Amino acid sequence: MSENVHLSSQFDEDLGRLRSNVLQMGGLVETQVMAAIEAYKTGDMTRVKNIIEAEHTVNDLEKAIDDDCAHLIARRQPAASDLRLVFGIIKIVTDLERIGDEAKKIAKGVRRICEAGQLPSDYGAGVRHIAEAALGMVRESLDAFARLDSAMAEAVIRADVDVDTEFKSIVRQLVTHMMEDQRTITTSIDILSIARAVERIGDHAKNIAEHVVFIVDGRDIRHQGKDKKANEESRA
Amino acid sequence: MQSQETPTLKAEARNLNFFYGQMQALKKINMPVYDKKVTALIGPSGCGKSTYLRSFNRMHDLYPGNRYEGEIRNTNLLAADVDPIEVRMRVGMVFQKPNPFPKSIFENVAYGLRVRGENNRRVLDDKVERALRDAAIWEEVKDRLPEQAPNLSGGQQQRLCIARALATDPELLLFDEPTSALDPIATAAIEELIHDLKKRVTILIVTHNMQQAARVSDYTAYMFLGEMIEFGKTDEIFIKPKDKRTEDYITGRMG
Ligand SMILES: Nc1ncnc2c1ncn2[C@@H]1O[C@H](COP(=O)(O)OP(=O)(O)O)[C@@H](O)[C@H]1O
Ligand SMILES: [Mg+2]
Repeated sequence: MSENVHLSSQFDEDLGRLRSNVLQMGGLVETQVMAAIEAYKTGDMTRVKNIIEAEHTVNDLEKAIDDDCAHLIARRQPAASDLRLVFGIIKIVTDLERIGDEAKKIAKGVRRICEAGQLPSDYGAGVRHIAEAALGMVRESLDAFARLDSAMAEAVIRADVDVDTEFKSIVRQLVTHMMEDQRTITTSIDILSIARAVERIGDHAKNIAEHVVFIVDGRDIRHQGKDKKANEESRA
Repeated sequence: MQSQETPTLKAEARNLNFFYGQMQALKKINMPVYDKKVTALIGPSGCGKSTYLRSFNRMHDLYPGNRYEGEIRNTNLLAADVDPIEVRMRVGMVFQKPNPFPKSIFENVAYGLRVRGENNRRVLDDKVERALRDAAIWEEVKDRLPEQAPNLSGGQQQRLCIARALATDPELLLFDEPTSALDPIATAAIEELIHDLKKRVTILIVTHNMQQAARVSDYTAYMFLGEMIEFGKTDEIFIKPKDKRTEDYITGRMG
């Protein structure tokens, strides 16, 4: 990425505004995830309501940023690092919007559990733990974007493996729990959907980190782990 | 999708230096020219694009005081060894401003053939038609071949000049900012034509329109102050150039 300014200061302004809008959207989504975790811990219904309501703002920001990107492409024909930035932003906002959706799913799960007269935190401490990890990934992927730091982004990508592993062990625990005590089935299923949402938040944070690596280094590193795994499995 | 085949070499500049008298306009240029591919030369005004382009058809030989060092190797017509007149026949050139001769449309295209001693009317008719068809202008001029060429529109004149260059069956076509005097529609027609022509000929094109370079070329070379800063696949140059100076130029930043 070049630190030099464009001959057109208007272009610099447009790109700067685009980046700060993405960070604004990122901050909002990060807050939603944080609130979802709080709601899970405390069963606080006001937070649940706020999360669900913030969705419109997130959606509007996504549309506005996409629109700005389309205009910028049409008017400026960005190339090289500018092109990668705009292209990466279009993908990042899609992942951010999905993270917002997952936060909403968590909030709704919490509401169902509370309405059934239970507290989600009585069920899995494990969920809380991966939720914190996923939130950390979201934060760091956004920091990596703000600083255009691909090393930081790659750390986020590595962190996703832990979230995935922990998610699988939570699933096993919950399944055992359900088999042992039939009365817990309904709540366990809700907890499971919350854990699944958390795991997806981690996946989207990882995607964002991959987009950052593309923006900074021009390398497309998506699906590399998966392809390697598939190869190993087919060889085995 | 990017193709993985390795292209064959059509020509190659090796340590090419060029001097206008005392002034060195090209500095140690090394660059491959791939067969039946379009290579775009980009860079700020005065960086030596036209000078470099003209080295390929030995146009500089026409003026005293000009001096080369190094060489341009052409796999078929080792430019250093071959008669410059022969080279100019096999290397067509199209300039920024269309420059038809003040003759009929027909005679403009037949000119190169006549210079080569071709006087058989049937052969001339046939080759002129083919060149005009290849330059995508036949349908527009077939009923007015005896008319004066300078009466054509700018875009038509440029395609006529391309037909004139094509008539002698060149192996290499040089375009020096071929569309900078044309409107967008005429420009699109020329770009489309370049796309068709590369099935048969190798093309070098100088353009100061970066989007044009991105649209029409397979390879792009960025020149600065007489040096070749970066040469690479167009996709790579426009997505992830290696040199910061290239990056700054194509993104419109101040170096
Ligand atoms: N006939 C000439 N005699 C002396 N200097 C020339 C001549 N043609 C071009 N130059 C100089 O050589 C340099 C490269 O020019 P040119 O190849 O026309 O650049 P470009 O096509 O990239 O704009 C410039 O400094 C220009 O002034
Ligand atoms: Mg020039």
